[in-house]
Amino acid sequence: MSDLLHVGRYEFSSRLIVGTGKYPSMEAMQAAHEASGAQMVTVAIRRIDLGNASGNTMLDYIDRSKLTILPNTAGCYNANEAVLTAHLARELLETDLIKLEVIGDAATLHPDVRETLDAAERLVRDGFTVLPYVGDDPIACKQLEDLGCAAVMPLAAPIGSGLGVCNPYSIRIIKERAGVPVIVDAGVGTASDAAIAMELGVDALLMNTGIAAARDPALMASAMKHAVLAGRQAYLAGRMEKRLYANASSPMRDLVGTGQVG
Amino acid sequence: MKATINGQPSEFPDGLTVGALLERLGTPRAGVAVARNDRVVRRAEYDLHALADGDRIEIIKAVAGG
Repeated sequence: MSDLLHVGRYEFSSRLIVGTGKYPSMEAMQAAHEASGAQMVTVAIRRIDLGNASGNTMLDYIDRSKLTILPNTAGCYNANEAVLTAHLARELLETDLIKLEVIGDAATLHPDVRETLDAAERLVRDGFTVLPYVGDDPIACKQLEDLGCAAVMPLAAPIGSGLGVCNPYSIRIIKERAGVPVIVDAGVGTASDAAIAMELGVDALLMNTGIAAARDPALMASAMKHAVLAGRQAYLAGRMEKRLYANASSPMRDLVGTGQVG
Repeated sequence: MKATINGQPSEFPDGLTVGALLERLGTPRAGVAVARNDRVVRRAEYDLHALADGDRIEIIKAVAGG
């Protein structure tokens, strides 16, 4: 079955996007990337260390023949910082993809909506394929779509919290009203969280800590791969209706030993 | 000539280009990108323009992140 994810002019058969942060080692990260089946991975952008400017970079551990790189603007607190970071990422990585992240506060890591909208508008105008991180806010998602973002990426729960989908109703509303892919970004802690998110009908998931902070990251990456696929297929299959009382699966006629004649 | 590199005030000889600055730092060009006064300097232009007194230079790389 062909069931591809389209984000702007990009096409993916995997609906799982994974991060590169917080892994116990680069080898563990590479094993997890392989096991996840992901075709896109995120990286962050930071200043080089002037005292040690010659070392390896993250790019030495990513096979770009297999993986599309999605740079982020994590750590930016206003639109100006995010726009400059995006332009630097485009020059470094030769990609127009950007995960736009403009943080409002360090404790919640929730986005600053006003700054995110401002940055999104400028980056779309500058030719970027913009994937904005946003709260589970249907109005902000619609506004970002109207500005020309290629997808919207509402959080399931706070970044790094592993709490799972805290507000499935908002995620459903966002998906129902969106004309661009909805990628749930942040908050997925384990495989059931991923399946639940996908069963809501969202187009893809982006996760980092859920895999990287597992005791066995590669095994969790495999679990997430299967959960995303399971959730996607369950969504496409259309679940049965829930009912309050039982409904037997076996015939209630012709029961043994009841005196009925068959 | 004084310039600020990644937030650190630094002193350099006049006429230093971005390319020469990267060489002084021992940074391979392929792994970084550079902004001068909040504007990206294209790779092809590293050797074209000399830095000016008071420039703010950002040199970045990709790091692990989500």
